Amino acid sequence: MSGAPSIELIGFTKRFGAMAALDDVSVKVKAGAFHALLGENGAGKSTLVKCAMGYYAADEGQILLNNQQVVIDHPRQAHELGLGMVYQHFTLVPNMTVLENFVLSRGDLPAVIDWASERKVLNDFFSTTPFAVPVDLPVGDLAAGQKQKAEILRQLYLKRNLLILDEPTSVLTPDEADEVLSTLKKMTEQKLVTIVTITHKFREVNAFCDTVTVLRRGKLVGTQPTSELDNDTMAEMMVGRRETRAVVEREQHAVGKAVLKLDGLSVADNVGQLAVEDLSLEIRAGEIVGVAGVSGNGQRELVETLAGQRHKQSGEIRVHGAPYTATRAEMIRHKIACLPEEPLRNACVADMSVAENMALRSFDQPPSSPDGIRLKRSPMRDMARKLIEAYKVKTPGPDAAIKGLSGGNVQRAVLARELSSEGDLVIVANPCFGLDFAAVAEIRARLVQARNRGAAVLLVSEDLDEILQLSDRIVVMFDGKLALETPSATADVGAIGRAMAGH
Amino acid sequence: MNTTLERIAVPVLALLASAVLFGLLLAFYAHVDPLEAFGLMYEGAFGSWFSWQNTLTRAAPLILTALCTALPARLGLVIIGNEGVLVVGGVTAAAAGIAVAGAPPLVVQLVMAIAGMAAGGLWIAFAGALRQYRGVNETISSLLLTYIAIALMNHFVEGPLRDPSSLNKPSTWPIGDANMIGTIPGTDVHWGLVFGLVACLLCYLFQRFTTWGFAMEVIGGNPKTARMMGLNVGRYVLLACGAGGAAAGLAGMVEVAAIQGRANASLAVGYGYSGILVSFLARHHPLAIVPVSILLGGIGASGGLLQRRLDLPDAAVVVLQGIIFVAILASETLYGRLLKPKEVA
Repeated sequence: MSGAPSIELIGFTKRFGAMAALDDVSVKVKAGAFHALLGENGAGKSTLVKCAMGYYAADEGQILLNNQQVVIDHPRQAHELGLGMVYQHFTLVPNMTVLENFVLSRGDLPAVIDWASERKVLNDFFSTTPFAVPVDLPVGDLAAGQKQKAEILRQLYLKRNLLILDEPTSVLTPDEADEVLSTLKKMTEQKLVTIVTITHKFREVNAFCDTVTVLRRGKLVGTQPTSELDNDTMAEMMVGRRETRAVVEREQHAVGKAVLKLDGLSVADNVGQLAVEDLSLEIRAGEIVGVAGVSGNGQRELVETLAGQRHKQSGEIRVHGAPYTATRAEMIRHKIACLPEEPLRNACVADMSVAENMALRSFDQPPSSPDGIRLKRSPMRDMARKLIEAYKVKTPGPDAAIKGLSGGNVQRAVLARELSSEGDLVIVANPCFGLDFAAVAEIRARLVQARNRGAAVLLVSEDLDEILQLSDRIVVMFDGKLALETPSATADVGAIGRAMAGH
Repeated sequence: MNTTLERIAVPVLALLASAVLFGLLLAFYAHVDPLEAFGLMYEGAFGSWFSWQNTLTRAAPLILTALCTALPARLGLVIIGNEGVLVVGGVTAAAAGIAVAGAPPLVVQLVMAIAGMAAGGLWIAFAGALRQYRGVNETISSLLLTYIAIALMNHFVEGPLRDPSSLNKPSTWPIGDANMIGTIPGTDVHWGLVFGLVACLLCYLFQRFTTWGFAMEVIGGNPKTARMMGLNVGRYVLLACGAGGAAAGLAGMVEVAAIQGRANASLAVGYGYSGILVSFLARHHPLAIVPVSILLGGIGASGGLLQRRLDLPDAAVVVLQGIIFVAILASETLYGRLLKPKEVA
């Protein structure tokens, strides 16, 4: 290995349409540094490293590697220069052995592979690294921590000495994370590698990183040595000083009775691990409860469970005091509305028409169906016309396929379907994700209207501004549990930021 | 509107492509004039009232077995166990018919139809339940169930239900001439064709004009959305699979009560497999199944003429069917690209 390089990114700007994901960001990473990139979702961390790795073409920006200017247009060039990336999720092929995975990723394979000599090369290589993994075990049999080690070792095996880690510990237990990070720390101290790590966790920053760069909404907030920063300062850099009071007009009124009550709710994720753990929460009529948190802390599983798309593991969900199991009868009786993120994928049938999609909640109720069996399409169309008008959905007509509509209009159509029944309980997840300003403002106003007329609203969002602006009460979710609960009128943004980072 | 046009254009293109391929095969491998062969095929399928009747008789079971794939396909399931259902339906219907043989013919026929449909419905509902509650791939399980069905049939026609006088071809006892369902007046085509037409019409009306049909379209279109709407996905899976299985089971009953008069190995002659092809060609649309079944019935009917006049093997039309199936599967990738100008990435 040729020793740890330094890298400097100068003046990076990257626009997606009108939105600047990165705005003139410059970062200098010293040789042998363990450098943290800190920021909320959407702060531009991933965009920045993807530009550096050549996955995205930056609109502006220069890269100096060991003080020499280099051009990286393609990941291959980045790899040749010694830049390697380790992802949050594993990229090794699970049913191939470590040896096979490593040799495969080299990419310059001869027609016949001499496995004996490859094995010897790899074993020799492992004798020089601070940790090793079993060479002949299928990757799928390794524990999560070992898999992540294997991912890192592969980068080293491929002679990459500048590693970019994208939330490398999010799938690891704290002990595994400590072990992996502390060995990496030693390697940087020996000047073997330079490491840039994207993270949300203050604990890891404090324990392992020597320098922190904080991004916020695509802008550089600052780069400082970790030793000069405490958690409060970091949280403030990360979330900023913000207006905590709503811009949207809201009525002052006393909140009503509890509509949704979660008691000790636990939900497993797709691989069977608990994503929501023993969570208890109450939402009353006429209030918006905002669930803040970095994505991947169980919010998605929570919303899917409430929406009927996922089974709970244990605990109780009650709506208006009655047990709730997400059947259609219960949804209709309690008038439950859901606004998930990416509505075309999660709340629509893309191949069906706008009118049909708007009727998904009501197609088996009068007037679309007088008896629950017969289906009448003309009342369906009439209702759709009214909703299209009332919610200003831009569509060629009620019979147009919904997949032809723009994202904002799909969300408006879903909003029309879900909110027109004046539901008692509204479950919302990242409703404004990927929408333009006009659509965002309108959707937020509709949510506040729903609250004003007495609906209980659960708002899960990765956008802290949205939560601060809309919520009456804020809870923070971290690692499947509620980390903080505060009325938004007296919310301390720093405390929210710390809770989001697990402090 | 583009999509409707495309839904017709793509299968038609696939059919044309298969015809070209088959023509090349005839010209360069079998050394016959493809145009003459196609002309004879037309003659054998649709050239006379006689060939029309032959075609329609062959189309009848195809219409019913195609529904066994088409109905579950609405929910996004791929069921290909049609042959087995036909066999199960046929054997059950025969057994039921023999059991009540003394009753008035209409009663016997009704009992046979109900028995065949119930057995077929349960057969595919089982595959649907395995999929819904145990995560077993319904395509594989329904296919494997076909082998079980044929083995069961062999067991019954050679064992408990065997008519000792059926020496060369083990069969069940006959259901009796009086109990046969007969032909449509003025034709040689049996009533099974009417059953098929009615079944397709009912399925279409069900899909288009009932909330259950609508719910099935939602489930097939986006299961995640369906769950968010609180739809009971499992119930609809069982319903669609059961109804599809019942249709193919009825095809088995018709084969017994209109053609064979008894259940034997002649039940498993490929109507079930051809039904899969029909359903895919028809894009699983119940009304489109009818013309497609007639087309494929015609191809089957023309085999004899090709054999007699061009000395082609009987299997020639089966080769054409195979080519069509592969072409149809390959043409799936054309949807959304055919009529839309290429988008710039």
